[in-house]
Amino acid sequence: MRNDPTHSWQGIVWTFLVLGIPVAVAALLLAATGPVLSRVVTDALIKLTMVVGLYIFIGNSGIFSFGHAAFIVVGSYASAWMTIPPTFKKVILPGLPAFMQSIHLDPFTGGLVGVLLAVVLAFVIGLALMRLAGIAASIASFAFFSVIVVIYNNWTGWTKGTASLVGLPVYAGPKLALAAALIAMLLALLFQYSRYGLLLRATREDAVAARAAGVEVERMRLIAFVVSAAVVAAGGVLQGHFNGALTTTANVHLNLTFLILAMLVVGGMRSLAGAVIGVAILAFVAELLRQLERGWQIGDVTITAPSGLGQVGLGIVMLVVLISRPQGLTKGREIPMPGWLSRRERQGDANLIESTQNAR
Amino acid sequence: MDLLVQFIIDAVSVGGLYALTAIGIGLIFGVVGLVNFAYGDFVMIGAYTILLTIGFYWPVTILIAALVLIMVALAADFVAFRPVRLASPETLMIVSFALSYTIQYTYVMMFGSLARTVNFLPAMSTNLEIMGIRIAGVSILQIVATIVLTGALAAFIRFTRIGYQMRAVSENPTMARLVGVDINKVIAAAFIASALLAVTVSVLYVAQTGTMTPFLGLNLTIIGFVATVIGGMGSLVGCALGGFLVGFLTTLLQLALPADLQPFREAFVFGAVVLMLLLRPGGLIMLATARERI
Repeated sequence: MRNDPTHSWQGIVWTFLVLGIPVAVAALLLAATGPVLSRVVTDALIKLTMVVGLYIFIGNSGIFSFGHAAFIVVGSYASAWMTIPPTFKKVILPGLPAFMQSIHLDPFTGGLVGVLLAVVLAFVIGLALMRLAGIAASIASFAFFSVIVVIYNNWTGWTKGTASLVGLPVYAGPKLALAAALIAMLLALLFQYSRYGLLLRATREDAVAARAAGVEVERMRLIAFVVSAAVVAAGGVLQGHFNGALTTTANVHLNLTFLILAMLVVGGMRSLAGAVIGVAILAFVAELLRQLERGWQIGDVTITAPSGLGQVGLGIVMLVVLISRPQGLTKGREIPMPGWLSRRERQGDANLIESTQNAR
Repeated sequence: MDLLVQFIIDAVSVGGLYALTAIGIGLIFGVVGLVNFAYGDFVMIGAYTILLTIGFYWPVTILIAALVLIMVALAADFVAFRPVRLASPETLMIVSFALSYTIQYTYVMMFGSLARTVNFLPAMSTNLEIMGIRIAGVSILQIVATIVLTGALAAFIRFTRIGYQMRAVSENPTMARLVGVDINKVIAAAFIASALLAVTVSVLYVAQTGTMTPFLGLNLTIIGFVATVIGGMGSLVGCALGGFLVGFLTTLLQLALPADLQPFREAFVFGAVVLMLLLRPGGLIMLATARERI
C-alpha cells in the first residue's frame, strides 16, 4: 500500500483531480461534437456514477453484491411517480392511488425522494444481509434483487408491470451526468479516507483479525452499503430521466448488473482509478461493437455483424482482461502522486509502514 | 391421499432436477473453489446439441451431447479457469460470469434468441396410471436419474483413487499437491463429472419442456446456486438436500398460494432463501473445512 495516495488529504485531492479532470474534459469535448456522441457520453457518465456507487461497497468491503440493481429499480420508479405530470399520470398509471396522482415535484426533489427510498430500503435489508459474508452474501443479495423485481413486475397498478413505464420528464444531459459522476467520485474518496472506510477495508483484508481488534464488522458494512445504495440509486434516477422510460424486466437489469460489475472488475475493483478506467474502456468497446452491429459501409455494400456480437465481444474482452490480469487493469492501485507533491507526507507514511511491517 | 401422493411425486421430480443441477455446481465448488455461473450454460449447450442431433437414434444423441459437454467443460477449465486458479474466489466467480455471458450470446448469434422446439423422447411425455394416480414418464425418469447419478457419484468419490484425491484436494489443495496429487488431473475429473451431470439435466429438461432458448441456463444456475447455498457450499449431500428443498418449496407454493399471489411465487422462494441464510449462514450441512479459519 506504499503507493496508495488516499491515506492523506492531499492524496484525496490529487486522486480526485487526476481522475476527475480527464473525465470532465473528455466528456465535455465529446459531448460538444454532436447529439449522437452526447448521448453516448451521458450514458457512460451515468454508468460511471453507478460503478462508483458499487465500488464504495464492493471495493471497500470485498463482498460482491449482485443486488444493487434493486436500488436502481426502486429509485427510478419512485422518481417517476414524483415527477410525471399529474395530467399525464392519470392516463399512464390509472391504478395509482389518488394522493400519488396529484403529486408533482420538481426533478431534483423527485430524484431525492427516489434516492431516499433506496437508502431506507438499503438500511432495512442491510441490517439483515450484512451479517453474511462471502458467497452467501452475494447469493442473498441476488435473492433480494429477485424479490424486488418480482414485486415490481406484478405490482401492475403502480409500475405497469412488464409493460414499460413511459412519460418521465427527460432532463438528464451530459452536464448533469458529469456533475453526478464527479460528486459520486468525491463521495467515494471521502468515504475511503474516513475512519469508516479504513475500518471497513481492515475487515476486507482479514475479518477475524479486524473483529478481534474491536471493529464492528456488520456496522461498517452497513454504512458502506447504504452510501453505495444512495449513489447507485442516483445513477438509476438519472438513467430513468435520460431514457424517459423504465422497465421491470429482470433480464434488462441483469444485463446492466453484469455490465457495471464487469466495468468495476476489469478496471480493478479495489481502487477508484480502477472503477473510472474500467468504465472508460468498456463503454468504448461497447459503443464500438454497437456500431459494428448497426453496420458500416464500404462502397455500396453495408456490412452488418450478426446481433449478439456486441455482447460476445464484451464478454471476450472481459475474459481476456481477467485472465491476463486477475486483479484488474490497475491491480487495485490508485494513480501514484508524483514525489514532489508528496515528499514530506511520504516520510511520515514510510516510517509508519516500515514499523508495521517490522511488527508483522 | 391421492393428492398428497401426487404432490410428493411432483415435488420429488422437480426437486430431483434441481438437486442434479446443485450437485453439478457444488462438486466444482468443493474441488476447485469455483462458483461456476456458466454451469447452466453447459446445460443449454447440451440442449442445443440434442436439437442438432435429433435425427439419430436417441442413445446416440445423448452420447454426442455428453461428449460435446465434456469437451466444453474441459475447454472452459483449460482456457478460462486454469490461468486464474490462484486468484481470489470473487475473481473466479466473475470469470465464470463473463464466460456464461459469452456463451449465451454466442448461441444468440448462432441460433437467434427465439425459442426452438424439439420433440425428444416423446414416449416420456405420456402419462402412466399407477393405482389411480397420474404420473408423467418424465417425472419417473427424473427421480430414477437423480437416485442413480447421486449414488454413482457418491461411490465414485468414496471408492476410486481419483475420488479419494478429489476429497484431498477439496480439503487442502496445497497439502494434496505436496503429497503428490496431480491437481490438474483431479480438477479435470471434477469437470468431466459435472459435465455428465449437466447432460443429464439437458436430457431431462428437453424431454420435459421440449423448448429451449439461449437463456435457459440462467434460471437453472440461479436455482442451482440457491440450492447449493441453502444446503451448504461444498457438501454434496447438502447440495442434493438443498435441491430437493427448493423443489419442494416451489411445488408447495404452486399448490398452496391463492391465485392472486401466484405471480409473486418467486418472491416467496427467494425470500425464504434470504431467511434461511440469515438463520444458518453456513447452510444446512456446514463442512468443518468450509469454515473460515484464523
